Amino acid sequence: MRSELMIRVTGEAGQGLKTIGNLLCKIFRRSGWNLFANQDYMSRIRGGNNFFQIRVSNKPVCCTREKCDLIVALDKDSVGIHRKDLNESGRMIADLQKFGIENDPQYIDIPLFDIAQKIGGNDIYINSVACGMISALAGVNFASVKKELEMTFARKGADIIEKNIHAAFSGYEKVNSQAKDCGFVLKEDPEKTGMLIDGNDAIGISAIVSGCKFYSGYPMTPSTGIMEFIARYADRFNIVVEQAEDEIAAVNMVIGASYAGVRSMTSTSGGGFALMTEALSLAGMTETPIVIVDAQRPGPATGFPTRTEQADIDFLINAGHGEFARAVLSPGTIEEAFYLTNKAFYLADKYQIPVLLMTDQHLADSYRNVDLFDISRINNEHFIISKEASVHVNNYKRYALTQTGISPRAIPSWIADVIYADSDEHTEEGHITEDADVRIQMVQKRFYKKMEGLQQEVEEPVAYKVDDADMILIGYGSTFGAINEVCRSETNLGFIHLPQVWPFPASRFQQLIKKGKKLLTVEGNAGGKLAKLIKMETCIEVNGSILRYDGRPINRDYLLSKLAEELKHGSSNLSK
Amino acid sequence: MDLQTYQSNDPIAWCPGCGNFGILTALKKALLNLDLPPKDVLLVSGIGQAAKLPHYIKSNCFNGLHGRALPAAAGAKIANPALTVIVTTGDGDCYGEGGNHFIHNIRRNVDITVIVHNNQIYGLTKGQASPTTDTGFTTNMQPNGVVLEPFHGVAVAIALGAGFVARGYSGHSDALSDLIVKGVRHRGFSLIEVLQPCVTFNHRNTYRWYSERLYRLEDEKDYDPRNKMRAVGKAFEWGDKIPEGVFYEEIKDDYAQKTGLADRPHLVDETVNAGEIFKELIDVFI
Repeated sequence: MRSELMIRVTGEAGQGLKTIGNLLCKIFRRSGWNLFANQDYMSRIRGGNNFFQIRVSNKPVCCTREKCDLIVALDKDSVGIHRKDLNESGRMIADLQKFGIENDPQYIDIPLFDIAQKIGGNDIYINSVACGMISALAGVNFASVKKELEMTFARKGADIIEKNIHAAFSGYEKVNSQAKDCGFVLKEDPEKTGMLIDGNDAIGISAIVSGCKFYSGYPMTPSTGIMEFIARYADRFNIVVEQAEDEIAAVNMVIGASYAGVRSMTSTSGGGFALMTEALSLAGMTETPIVIVDAQRPGPATGFPTRTEQADIDFLINAGHGEFARAVLSPGTIEEAFYLTNKAFYLADKYQIPVLLMTDQHLADSYRNVDLFDISRINNEHFIISKEASVHVNNYKRYALTQTGISPRAIPSWIADVIYADSDEHTEEGHITEDADVRIQMVQKRFYKKMEGLQQEVEEPVAYKVDDADMILIGYGSTFGAINEVCRSETNLGFIHLPQVWPFPASRFQQLIKKGKKLLTVEGNAGGKLAKLIKMETCIEVNGSILRYDGRPINRDYLLSKLAEELKHGSSNLSK
Repeated sequence: MDLQTYQSNDPIAWCPGCGNFGILTALKKALLNLDLPPKDVLLVSGIGQAAKLPHYIKSNCFNGLHGRALPAAAGAKIANPALTVIVTTGDGDCYGEGGNHFIHNIRRNVDITVIVHNNQIYGLTKGQASPTTDTGFTTNMQPNGVVLEPFHGVAVAIALGAGFVARGYSGHSDALSDLIVKGVRHRGFSLIEVLQPCVTFNHRNTYRWYSERLYRLEDEKDYDPRNKMRAVGKAFEWGDKIPEGVFYEEIKDDYAQKTGLADRPHLVDETVNAGEIFKELIDVFI
C-alpha cells in the first residue's frame, strides 16, 4: 500500500493528454486523495512530446517529483524519452507490440490501440483505456471512473459515453488480470478536499468577484487561460472581454476603460508585457488604476513559449520610463493567486496606480486540490466619488495635492464638472505645464507619497522556522510549493516566502533574518535576481542561490538534490 | 448653453494662424448644435499639436500616448456609454504611430468619432514627413524628397468598412462643423479627416493651395455616399481637384449592438455581489 503515487501520461501533442490528465485528476479527487498536477507541453499543435503528470497523496502536496511510479506512454518515442524518469520500482505501460519495443521487467505491455479500435473504432479511445488501467493500479473503485467519464463526455451523447466507459473498463479489467500486483494501490486514508483548480482559473474567479468589468488582452501562453476563463462568464456577469489587435492596444483600452470608471485588467507574458511598458508609465502618470498579470515564461525574446521561468522580477519592478509608484505581487500558491488578485485591484484602486501580478507557467497551469477560497477575505472597497456625491462636485481637480498623494477620483459623466487627465506633466487641474515647482510636487505625489502608503500595506512575508533552523531558503512565486514541502520534511531548514516583492518588505525582512544563519535564495532564473534585490533593499548578502533555468519547475527532488550538493561542496558552486 | 459653455481656461499653445483654430471652433459649434453638456463629452487624444486640442475646450479629456488614442477611446466608450467619445488626432498620431489601431478600430466599430487633423507634416517635432506627405516633398529629414507613397486614410477607412467617412477643411469651419455633427450622430466608428495648413512647416499645402483645389462632393451631380465603389474612387482623387464632404455612409450595427452590450446595463453602473458570483463560479471546481 502506498501513501503517494507519481503518475505521468505522455504522448504527442493532439493525442488528448490534457483530457486524460484532467479526467484522472477528477477521479483521484472524487476518491478523496490530494493531488498536484502539471503539464509539460511543447509549442506545437500536433506531434512532439508532451506529458501531464499527477502526484497523488494522502497528505496535501504542493509540487511534483522528478521520478515517476507509473508512466503511460501513448506513442513509441515517449517510451525511450521517459524511461529514465521511472524510479526503481516504477512501471511503464505501453503498447510494446505495436511500437516494436522489446519487453523489460519494468514495462507492462498492453495492446492499447487494439482495444481502442475494437471498442470505439478510433485511436482516441486509448485515453480511456489508459485511464481505466491507472485507476485499477491505484486501487480506485471503478464506479468513480464511470461517474467522471459520464460527466466529462456528457455533451457528446450516450454512444460516446458508453464507448468510453467500455474502453476504460477494458483497461481496468486488463490490469486486474495481467498486472494486479504492481504495489501501486493507494492506502485508504483520504482526507477531505475542497476544490480542484489551477492558477489561471483562480485568478479569473478572483478578478470577476473583485468587480473587474473590462478585460482586454492579446493571447499569449501561459496567460491565455485567464482571458478564456473570464470570457466564458462575460455574458453572465456583464463583463466585456475584448481581444485586442496587440498588447499595446490591450493595455491602452484597459486604461481608457478604467479612466471612464470600471475596474479593468489585462494579462500577458514577458514579451507582451514588454510592449505594454509605455502604457504602464501612462497609467503611472495619469494615475489610472490598472491590473496587469505577467504569467512568466522563459525568454529572451520568444524563448520557451510553453515553459516556466522567474526571470521577469527586476523587469516588472523597473519597467516603464520615468518614476512612479507601483506594486508587484508574487503569489506562490493557487490560494495566494486568488487572494492577491483581489489585493491587486484593491491597491490599484486605492492608490490609483498600475499593479502587477507576477505568476509563471508553473503556477498558471498546475492543478491542485485546495481548501475552498474564503470569500469573506475579498475586499471590494471602492475609492471613487460615488455617483450620488458626484452630482454636487464642481471645480474638480483631478490631481489635487493631498497629504497621501492620492487625489479624490471622480468618474466622467457622473460628476457635474469635467475631468482632465494627461500624460504630459500637468497641473492639479490636469492641464499641460512646464513649471518646475509643479513638477516637483507632482513627482513627489506620484512617487514618494504613494510609495510611502504602499509600504504600509505590503503583503507579509511567510516565514517558517527562521529562528530554529540553521539554513533559510528564500523564494517568491511558484517555488513556494517545493520550498514549503522540503522545509517541512527536512530538519534544520527554514524558509521565507515573499508574496510581494515591490515595494520590498525591507524592515520586516531584516527582522526575520537572524545572525549566523545560512541564507539561500531559490529562484527559477539564471541571474539570482532575488538575491540582488535583497542586497539592494536590505544590504543583506545571501550565501548563495539555488537556480533553475532549463524551463522546468523547481520541484521537491530538484531542490533536495541541490541542497545535497550544497552540503557537499558549499554554496560557491550553486550560483552557476 | 452657448459657445462659452465650452470655453476652457487653458492658454492655447498653437502657432498663430494654425489650421487647428478652425477645427477647434468647428468642434465647439458641433457640440452646441448636438446639445451636449461638457460633462457628457470625452475628448481623447494622443500626442502632437492636434492632440492638445482637448485642453482648449471644456469637456472631459484623456490625453494619452502617441498613437494610442483610439484604443483608450474604445475602452472608455465600452465602459461608460453615457459619454460621447471624440478623438482628436493627427496624421502622424493616427496613421503612423497608431496605424494598427486605426485598422482594427474601424473593424471593431465602437461608437466613437475620430477627427484626424491632416496637415501632411510633423509639426511638433519640427517639420519631418508624415504618412500623408506627398512624394517628392523635401524636409530636413528627407533632403532628397519623400519616396514613400502617401497614406490615403479616407480610402483605407472605406475599404475596411467604416460606416461614416468624411473629409473637411479647417478653412471651411461651418461645413466642418456639420460633418462633425453627422459623424457624432452616426452610430459606430466615424472618420472625419480634416485638411489643415501648417503655417510654420508646410509651405506647399497652404490656405491658397487648398482653396484653389477643394470642391464639395454634394455639389457633384448624383454623387451618392451609399455607393461604396464610387466613394473609393473619390477617395483617391488628389491633385488639381480635391473633394470634401461625406464620402461614404452606411448604417450598420456597432460594437455594442453586435455584442449585445447595448441591451445591458452600462458597465460603469454595475455593482458586484461578490458572494453570489463566487458561489456560481466555484461550482465546477468542487
